[in-house]
Amino acid sequence: MSVLLFTVLIGLGSFVAGFLGSLTGLGGGVVVVPLLALVFHVDMRYAIGASLVSVIATSSGAAAAYVREGYSNMRIGMFLEIATTIGAIVGALIAVHVSTATIAIVFGFVLLYSAYLSIRTQPPHPLIKEHDVLARVLHLDSSYPTAQGMEDYTVHRIPLGFGLMFGAGTLSGLLGIGSGAVKVLAMDQAMRIPFKVSTTTSNFMIGVTAAASAGIYLARGYIDPGIAMPVVLGAGAGSILGARVLVNARTKSLRAVFSAVIVILGIEMIFNGFTGRL
Amino acid sequence: MSSSPHNSPPPDDWNDHSIELIIGTLLRVGVLLSASVVLIGGIIYLFRHGLATASYRTFEGDLSPLRSLPGITHGVLQLSGRAIIQLGLLLLIATPVARVVFSAVAFARERDYLYVAFTLAVLAILAYSLLGAHLG
Repeated sequence: MSVLLFTVLIGLGSFVAGFLGSLTGLGGGVVVVPLLALVFHVDMRYAIGASLVSVIATSSGAAAAYVREGYSNMRIGMFLEIATTIGAIVGALIAVHVSTATIAIVFGFVLLYSAYLSIRTQPPHPLIKEHDVLARVLHLDSSYPTAQGMEDYTVHRIPLGFGLMFGAGTLSGLLGIGSGAVKVLAMDQAMRIPFKVSTTTSNFMIGVTAAASAGIYLARGYIDPGIAMPVVLGAGAGSILGARVLVNARTKSLRAVFSAVIVILGIEMIFNGFTGRL
Repeated sequence: MSSSPHNSPPPDDWNDHSIELIIGTLLRVGVLLSASVVLIGGIIYLFRHGLATASYRTFEGDLSPLRSLPGITHGVLQLSGRAIIQLGLLLLIATPVARVVFSAVAFARERDYLYVAFTLAVLAILAYSLLGAHLG
């Protein structure tokens, strides 16, 4: 395949991945890596390198919009970024020392879990009114805009959330993904932060987390400009379009289809990992 | 910054909203600038090598000169398309780092020294990865 055709096809594929990822809230990175590895037979190390830098583009672009709306909580973000960036370095160091087949298998299971999280319907949990001592010391409690005006919220189970964030960072550095799903799980489910605050703050944190592993990826030669160029530009453009469409779109059936695709990709990754093809 | 009742008010008109606006602009400019550089490098790369055969089945990245800032700078000065793309990717990686640096300044102006410390901790971790990775 010529470089030109390869670039155009990967650019288009990444555009679709970025578009669907932002529309469904699952992120584009989870599809970009299997697309490159399974369809285009790109070495896993190049695939996760390209995906990681595209994650910085999509999350920073979206965060620029969200931060103006006043949902994201920068103190929560900065505090938890200590955990995600340490995790990201640990993940990237693991990635350079294990086989690509192992990474593919872990990636497959993360895909299956992401699909499970996205189809599971969960009623929004009631906000807890009592204050947590640690949250008070760390100034984490805040308020966010709702239809009824500004509403106060409190933050809970901070050590658990911090630990989960370390795990999210490790997955991000190991697999070259944003691992937004785990970050939202930590904030929304464990720390009881309102969903909208969780998703926007998670998005805000993804870029810094990815930058922490990007240095190691770059020094190890995982970031190849020939692959990263179409992935960054395609996924970036796709996610911007997805965010624009999101306002009016009915995403429920789309989520189901996207989840099915993710399950298939997950099984393929696990199979190819065990048979040593990746 | 999210407002907190425990802090003294900012010393001047640097309120929460203006900090959020600055961070939003910083992120947007960083992404647009880096995407433009990647695009320019990509056009040069495709003009020169578009008809070559793409081969990424085997990993040869550990031999690439584009793994370090000196290597990238050297390539950019020779107008290498691949090096210019890599420079754009470096700018992209630098964008969230710049946001963290700005946050440190913003927390300092709010006199929230606990968060200045947290922010500096994150910066130290980022510096370890970006500057010290070749040691590891």
